[in-house]
Amino acid sequence: MLTRADVAKIAELARLDLTDDELDLFTRQLGDILVYVEQIRTLDTSGVEPTAHVLNLPVERPDIVIASLPRAEALANAPDAAPEAGLFKVPRVI
Amino acid sequence: MGAIIEQRARAIARDVATGARTATEVCQAFLDRIRAEEARVSAFNTVMYERALARAAALDGARQAGGGRPDGPPLLGVPVALKDNMCTAGVPTTASSRILRGFLPPYSATVVQRLEAAGAIVIGKTNLDEFAMGSSTENSALGATRNPWDVSRTPGGSSGGSAAAVASRMVSVALGSDTGGSIRQPAAFCGLVGVKPTYGRVSRYGLLAFASSLDQIGPLAHTAEDAALVLQAIAGHDPLDATSSAEPVPDYLAALDRGVSGLRIGVPRAFVGEGVDAAVQRAFAEALERWRAAGARLVDIELPHARFAIPVYYLIATAEASSNLARYDGVRYGHRTALGREDGLREMYDRTRDEGFGAEVKRRVMLGTYVLSAGYYDAYYLKAQQVRTLLRQDYAHAFAACDVVAMPTTPTPAFKLGEKTDDPIQMYLSDVFTVSANLTGLPAISIPAGLSPDRLPIGVQLTGRMFDEATLFAAAHVLEQ
Repeated sequence: MLTRADVAKIAELARLDLTDDELDLFTRQLGDILVYVEQIRTLDTSGVEPTAHVLNLPVERPDIVIASLPRAEALANAPDAAPEAGLFKVPRVI
Repeated sequence: MGAIIEQRARAIARDVATGARTATEVCQAFLDRIRAEEARVSAFNTVMYERALARAAALDGARQAGGGRPDGPPLLGVPVALKDNMCTAGVPTTASSRILRGFLPPYSATVVQRLEAAGAIVIGKTNLDEFAMGSSTENSALGATRNPWDVSRTPGGSSGGSAAAVASRMVSVALGSDTGGSIRQPAAFCGLVGVKPTYGRVSRYGLLAFASSLDQIGPLAHTAEDAALVLQAIAGHDPLDATSSAEPVPDYLAALDRGVSGLRIGVPRAFVGEGVDAAVQRAFAEALERWRAAGARLVDIELPHARFAIPVYYLIATAEASSNLARYDGVRYGHRTALGREDGLREMYDRTRDEGFGAEVKRRVMLGTYVLSAGYYDAYYLKAQQVRTLLRQDYAHAFAACDVVAMPTTPTPAFKLGEKTDDPIQMYLSDVFTVSANLTGLPAISIPAGLSPDRLPIGVQLTGRMFDEATLFAAAHVLEQ
């Protein structure tokens, strides 16, 4: 059973500063959804390989330099940046 | 020639190529339609009036310089709309989320470049459930889109804006994206053809990622022919998408008239028997009968794990989404929370994301975070991936006995706005017949199959073998005769 404390912990991992109302709502709704998805645990999957992806694609490619986004364009959408220094700006970390 | 907005995309392209009409005339007709209809339907996040007309004028100039040719570019002068989760250089791309407010992509998605190379004119970006998470286009920070057949109902989702725009003839054709049914379900609700191509058939470069192992871009159109025309233009390998396939693209238009003689249509009777609206059952049975009368053979098949597809889908899709949406952190683009003097990086992340994401996105990011977290990974995520394998095996067995699998696209016609917004699980269940194609990677098409007694469109769905969209178009075309 999912508790409110569990949901608060998940929110912390997901980097979401939820309100008290949101915590209450999601505790109920996520609990319901988990009960619903539990049905797959009735299936015997011993020895079944997991599918992460449906195509067998090459995982390597040649290591060739191709054009990439110019720095000024990469910075153009930033909420805060120092374009002359070529940097995104964020609040202090320590 | 009739009203321009009633014309098929193929006819528009031919008329513009021969000079029977100008691209400007066509573009103006659809823009006028948008001015008249958009207030009723709310399909668009952005309409590019001036940009579209400038592009039309450029196409007309180039055509005059080059002379009229009936074999012009396949979508010459055809007005298209894009779901607003596909990047368009210099044009807002919001995913209908507050968190991308003000974002101007520095590049265009591969599908946009290919449509334009084929002569199409992008005239707008359409509404969606935020980050394509939803089945009704109600989970949008920009407000709900309405179904043009009945504005008290949803157009379906998440590509509801694209479906409503085509259904109300504000554009000729549109692109949607389909992670669990998001092209096919709105196509069914709005009376259109909608195609979820084989995974890897169409480049995802420039598509804002929701669940990377499931997402595919595809067309919404009035006819199988127009859908084939659009898929032809956008399909094929793209070095910028490592998951795009190098499998050759066949000639879809050439396959249209192939018919269904000898085609084996698998029907999973047990799976489609439960919880399906009577009008949908009737339309499905009639479609099967029409295919049979045209020479197809109906074969009973079983898909024993199909009823687990929704739980598997919501475990895998949310896990992938929780990772993909980690990038929306207020650093590089979009919304950033107002910062106080004492706020650090952590406060910025947490508040930016709480303010920027809507309720359904938060629910899914939270569920995905949970199922990937230590102690729960094996029980939920790994288990779901194993059941995904069982589902793929179901289809592999089925395709030994049949060439396509038929189901209704949705259990009911379009539901009312607000009907399912308080109950996430009820909303998820509207995807019961569509999610399997994403989990298996198989191509699937929704085809109009008549109207309910309330005059609401109903869709039937065919799922094909990997990279066999051609057979789906041919079978769809038979129902249109």
